[in-house]
Amino acid sequence: MTETIQHHLTDALLMAYSAGTLPEAFSLTVATHITMCDTCRARLGAFDSVGGALLSQEDGAPMGAGSLAACLAAAKAGRRATPARPRFDALPAPLMDYVGGGLADIKWRSVGMGMRQAILQTDDRATARLLYIPAGGAVPDHGHRGTELTLVLQGAFADDTARFAKGDIEIAGEDLDHTPVADSGADCICLAATDAPLRFRGLIPRLAQPFLRI
Amino acid sequence: MVMQQSGMPHVSANGQSENSRWNVCIARIRDDADEAAFADLFAHFAPRIKGYLIKSGASATLAEECAQDVMATLWQKAHQFDPARASAATWIFTIARNRRIDALRKSRRPEPQDLDWGPEAAPDQADVLAMEEASEDLTRAIAALPEKQKALIEAAYFHDLSHSEIADQTGLPLGTIKSRIRLALDRLRHAMN
Repeated sequence: MTETIQHHLTDALLMAYSAGTLPEAFSLTVATHITMCDTCRARLGAFDSVGGALLSQEDGAPMGAGSLAACLAAAKAGRRATPARPRFDALPAPLMDYVGGGLADIKWRSVGMGMRQAILQTDDRATARLLYIPAGGAVPDHGHRGTELTLVLQGAFADDTARFAKGDIEIAGEDLDHTPVADSGADCICLAATDAPLRFRGLIPRLAQPFLRI
Repeated sequence: MVMQQSGMPHVSANGQSENSRWNVCIARIRDDADEAAFADLFAHFAPRIKGYLIKSGASATLAEECAQDVMATLWQKAHQFDPARASAATWIFTIARNRRIDALRKSRRPEPQDLDWGPEAAPDQADVLAMEEASEDLTRAIAALPEKQKALIEAAYFHDLSHSEIADQTGLPLGTIKSRIRLALDRLRHAMN
């Protein structure tokens, strides 16, 4: 099912996701990749187990008197069942909450050269957006001030480092300047998370940056 | 994971490992709404959850409230626990972590779509046993880490700090922190093999 995925999450990202310390936009990208990638899902299980082992060894702080009875009363008063989420195969489940439905519900805005984007609402420590790159189209040459995660949802793109197809995640740091180009065969849709504004090389994209909010 | 025949040090007086004891408690809550089983789990885990939340920056009052929330969630979601996929401590850690992000960070942590595990069959006992042993091996491996490495892993999981913030607290350069965390995880992996 997912054995074609070539580019996976790093240990550092998996550990931070397990610990719960990532900005929301990064967590969304990690959760979406794991939805598509059984290898990283299993690795996450190992990192969660580290959290479980640490909790087991925690010294603990004494609970207040009557806390058990209060907790049990609250537990019984609550719901037991959790509703199942509807499934849209076209879009991984973690994204559906942010888009408000499936692929057709994405509120795209044109950003020129046939490219479209949709910014997703997350906490302000990082930005998440969906990117639509027409077949053969190129994202302007850019570097990064922080970390950029790019997860391919549909189609494929390539830059100087490698080719990234559906389910692959590219993890770009400050040292990478690149010009991602979509494969000519199909339009490419990506989920991108950045923890600092991108730094575009050309003058016009740089002027446009405040408007694009990327 | 090779099943180890020898050495089950975390065995209680009645011959049950800690993990299998908690697994039985959760199954009793799921099947019989067993309050005595819940009281056992509460006595063990609630103070640990509270300690974890205090280390993460919660006040004692908020930590107490959240620890109760986490245990109430355990009661309500006992049917979702699969002991072949995670130990009880790991499952409870994930609930506590999510509550922490919600309460302290006022943020969200999107979850992966759950796999379609098929119709709920009772988990294979061999899988459950293997998971119990792997979890106990990992717990022992973490306990045996050199103090500095253990402190760094704990900081990464419990203190809600990014690597650069850990560096501020410990005075270690960023590269050193990252390589020490990697080293600690490598040691854990070797200990697991």
